[in-house]
Amino acid sequence: MGDEIILLDFWPSMFGMRVRLALAEKGLKYEYKEEDLRNKSPLLLEMNPVHKQIPVLIHNGKPICESLIIVQYIDEVWHDKSPLLPSDPYQRAQARFWADYVDKKLYGLGRKVWSTKGEEQETAKKEFIECLKLLEGELGEKPYFGGEKIGFVDVALVTFSCWFYAYESCGNFSIEAECPKLIAWTKRCKEKESVSSSLEDPHKVHGFVMGMRKRFGIE
Amino acid sequence: MAEEVKLFGTWASPFSRRIEVALKLKGVQFEYIEENLSNKSPALLEYNPVHKKIPVLVHNGKPVAESLVILEYIDETWKHNPILPTDPYEKAIARFWAKYIDDKLWPAATKVLVSKGEEQKGVTEEIQEQLKTLESELKGKKFFGGESLGFVDIAANIIVFLLVAQEALGLMEILTEEQFPVLHEWYQRLVDDAVFKECVPPRERHLGFFKVRFGSSTASK
Repeated sequence: MGDEIILLDFWPSMFGMRVRLALAEKGLKYEYKEEDLRNKSPLLLEMNPVHKQIPVLIHNGKPICESLIIVQYIDEVWHDKSPLLPSDPYQRAQARFWADYVDKKLYGLGRKVWSTKGEEQETAKKEFIECLKLLEGELGEKPYFGGEKIGFVDVALVTFSCWFYAYESCGNFSIEAECPKLIAWTKRCKEKESVSSSLEDPHKVHGFVMGMRKRFGIE
Repeated sequence: MAEEVKLFGTWASPFSRRIEVALKLKGVQFEYIEENLSNKSPALLEYNPVHKKIPVLVHNGKPVAESLVILEYIDETWKHNPILPTDPYEKAIARFWAKYIDDKLWPAATKVLVSKGEEQKGVTEEIQEQLKTLESELKGKKFFGGESLGFVDIAANIIVFLLVAQEALGLMEILTEEQFPVLHEWYQRLVDDAVFKECVPPRERHLGFFKVRFGSSTASK
């Protein structure tokens, strides 16, 4: 009997995309179920009763929640192919630290960039760019955060790149102008089939964000 | 080559104390450096330039920051007395609950100490919901880690700090035996554990700490 893998997701979620990317890296077949977050399915509420959020991976009937926890799970179960975390404990700790940094900072700041105005937005933009610059520094001269191949931090961060156009448009700034090496890295990642097939079209994401702004009454 | 392990921490931080528990469970000798957070040492700023926070573990000169990241590093480096399960699914569950504690319980716990009146009542109810959720996860086990302390038990040391803070500020006791029979029993086991109890701040000093830090900002219940 083969593995049964189901992913509960919401198409624009950069967190859901991380899981799609990890599954693609491992060459795994799965059933994708799109959730309507304003009308959550009984399955989602059953599989993630604590947070009621996507993504949720259901592997042979057992749910795993929280995107970075899911990615580590995938990496550990299907450890023979395309390892995402290094084997050295110190390198693993560094990868976890930077993935945690992305989680702590980018989503919140990015959200402020598209959903606020005036001084609040300016502050968010400034901090957002500072975070990207720090990440750019961590990348250094390596082709990927994972070194010669994409790794855990690449998976954690690259899915935000399809939101960059929406952030730039709402905030009226250019991420490439500020962080050219990071944008070069996103392009390098997207040359991989696993990445390009997991990321959403930035214009489609932009349309989604415009719809959200209208719903929240942001001019 | 001799092993050199240093822990930069503060005596009153639950995050710092988590690392002490893990190192002691594994029998790892370490040098402890008490930081003054209003006057951070050059060493701390060098070892954790990103967040400038404690705890930081420095192993043979190489720093690791963020308490849950450090715990996993310790578990992978010193493999005896494991604190995480080996099964990937069980490991994912342990990571989920440790994250829950840090993402939900910790912010609520700090909020309850600085809020007043109706807001404080609301946050207290939130914490009670969270404790109920945690309690249901115990499922008849001695500890979240099973027969002995594990990753989630260590992360749950925040509850100890919350209860001391509540006592210091004269707030309503939150983890009562009546409301949380299972969790209350687990809590007694946790604070009685030989290693864990060495890593809890000295009680009187800890009570004093909360009174000074938060005393004037809380209303009476």
